[in-house]
Amino acid sequence: MPKKNSMPVKDRGVETGDEILSAERCLQIHRIMVRARAMEERMIKMSKSGEGFFWIGGPGEEAFNACLGLQIKKGQGPTFDFLHLHYRNSATMIAMGMELIDGIRQMGMTWTDPFSAGRNFPSHFSRKEWNVVPVSSVIEVQFAMAPGTALVQKRHGDGVTIVVGGDAGAAEGDFTTCMLWSSRPGNELPVLMITMNNGWGISTAHCTQHSCEHTIERGKAYGIAGEVVDGNDPVASWFAIERALRYVRSTRSPFMLEAMVSRLHGHSSSSGAPRSADPDCLALFEERLLSANVIDRPGLERVHREARQEVDAAVEKAGQEKKPTPAEIEKFTYAPSAVDAVYPDDYTGLP
Amino acid sequence: MVQAVRLALHYGEENLGVTDVFGEDVGPPLGGVFTATQGLKTAWNTPLDERGIVGTAMGIAYAGGRPVCEIQFCDYGFNTIDLLKVAGNQRWAGGGGWELPLVLMTPSGSGIRGSLYHSHSFESWASRLAGWKIVMPSNPLDAYGLMLSAIADPNPVMVLLPKALLRLKGDKLIPGEPADPDKLKSMIDAPVGDRSRWKPNWPDVKEFFIPIGTASVVREGDSATVVSYGRTLPLCVQAADSIRKQSGATFDVIDLRSIFPYDWKAVSASVEKTGRILIVNEDTEVTNFGEHLLRRVIDEHFYDLVVRPRVLFGRHLPGIGLNPVYEQNSVPQLASITTALADLMSEEA
Ligand SMILES: Cc1ncc(C[n+]2csc(CCOP(=O)(O)OP(=O)(O)O)c2C)c(N)n1
Repeated sequence: MPKKNSMPVKDRGVETGDEILSAERCLQIHRIMVRARAMEERMIKMSKSGEGFFWIGGPGEEAFNACLGLQIKKGQGPTFDFLHLHYRNSATMIAMGMELIDGIRQMGMTWTDPFSAGRNFPSHFSRKEWNVVPVSSVIEVQFAMAPGTALVQKRHGDGVTIVVGGDAGAAEGDFTTCMLWSSRPGNELPVLMITMNNGWGISTAHCTQHSCEHTIERGKAYGIAGEVVDGNDPVASWFAIERALRYVRSTRSPFMLEAMVSRLHGHSSSSGAPRSADPDCLALFEERLLSANVIDRPGLERVHREARQEVDAAVEKAGQEKKPTPAEIEKFTYAPSAVDAVYPDDYTGLP
Repeated sequence: MVQAVRLALHYGEENLGVTDVFGEDVGPPLGGVFTATQGLKTAWNTPLDERGIVGTAMGIAYAGGRPVCEIQFCDYGFNTIDLLKVAGNQRWAGGGGWELPLVLMTPSGSGIRGSLYHSHSFESWASRLAGWKIVMPSNPLDAYGLMLSAIADPNPVMVLLPKALLRLKGDKLIPGEPADPDKLKSMIDAPVGDRSRWKPNWPDVKEFFIPIGTASVVREGDSATVVSYGRTLPLCVQAADSIRKQSGATFDVIDLRSIFPYDWKAVSASVEKTGRILIVNEDTEVTNFGEHLLRRVIDEHFYDLVVRPRVLFGRHLPGIGLNPVYEQNSVPQLASITTALADLMSEEA
């Protein structure tokens, strides 16, 4: 949380058009973005130093993702929001309260990794208490599942389902499945479909494969309204997310949001994760924070320093934690069952 | 059998928390192309989108519902394989964070003159989906008991329904089922024609679980072991009975009922006793689930075997053709099973 008192804060905050985000909110978002960036940059190093094997994550998506995480109705069960995320959502998780060490634990493949016990790639989150269903590497499958959580939510309270994917992935049929199933006449579902459009699918440019510029244009065929937002701008993102969530929550019907973002470190460590020259949402935001007098340079430096210290401590601690052992490879395959004669507790190898 | 499935789903809605029974043509007015879902209060129709069906079932399960979804014919489930994989691995991948209590039911196998795309078998594919449990009944009572267990189990369970046996009448009653089949029909089968005001009059069926992973020894004997399930199981029983009449040889005929986890204890104990085994199914022969059982028999019972163990299965072909010549000669039939059993018996130890 920002240390408000120690910083010179101007009341107006930062504005985009006629929308103003308060200074306090801006500082909260900024700190999340910085912490997410520090964690990801360290993870990239880990992927190169041998402390991890593979990195994929969300540098360049932090502005939008932090704003998303802060606006979630967080909790467990259908009266709260459900999240079907993709592998670039670390800032969303951090905004929701994830400790950086948890991201580092997954990167470091520890048994204490709360998302996958050292089994899955980094940024493949899963957290039942927050309704974050397991992220899968299989592109777009989350869009086929989203109508299911939303269907249950429509029967209970005002929770909504938020499903996130990339622009290239929207070519999969599952994206269409989500539009179709969320808009069945009389059975519309509270689904917020989010496309994070960074213009790329690994090495293939969006414009070389897609005749329409924006994925939300497809919503028209299903009567689903949508909005494109500059995902590098946290102010615009904040209000676009607020509008979209209010619409889905109150009308109990779907909406599409497309955030135009940058991919700052290439696709993943497989492409070397080199830093690109694309616009950097964090640097852009910091310039605006400075010019609006929301924070000064020493204040910015302090936020960065604290984030680095937090990551250093996390790497240090996670490095000493338990790693999976051969005895644990079968664990968590099955939930305990009273009607299974062979595996009443969990999988234990062949029958 | 189809009525047994319906009764189980009704029992599941009333007593086991089933919230949604859905799939293509599953809701009113049809209630499923085989009528397995007629009259159910939570049954609804979906778009013609198998990936949507499986994905939505996963979402419902994540959100605390208890879904039973149907793929109209397993022949159309192939485009959902990666979703099935995800459903099976999500708990493991998520470090045990989530349960995924979902049931996927789908008619499988040949026997309805279904040609290329209504005759596929699915159990060998399904057996490779770690994290799933796969069951396949061969009679109505088992269909009822296995379906209740599938619903009650907090993991993804696939119920493969042998297409050829869906119209089969059982010789054992479901607890609470009226003894008179005409009476049951008048209570729960939708009328032909306008059904808009029809409501089923459900019999008071009772709890009856067949634990997953338990086989049923439907014939006991000493001469040899026959392991099967689904459509070919009753044919194995017939073949064993006719050979017994002719030669006096007696067989352990084991209805596996669960493909995974399979009841290895039952198979193992029987092979130890008889030293002869034939495994019968109708899936295609290359990388067939029966081959896995054969491998374990060889690994663990090599010195108990008195003759070569064998598997009878479907031919490795691109499909089953419509002219009955194709089907008769592609998948095991009574004659080929009887011959295989007779061969198993006649080979000298
Ligand atoms: C179904 C599937 N096909 C292919 C891949 C390999 N793959 C991983 S990421 C990716 C590109 C995804 O691009 P996009 O959806 O735009 O998301 P981005 O990575 O740009 O955020 C591909 C092809 C995969 N993981 N899943």
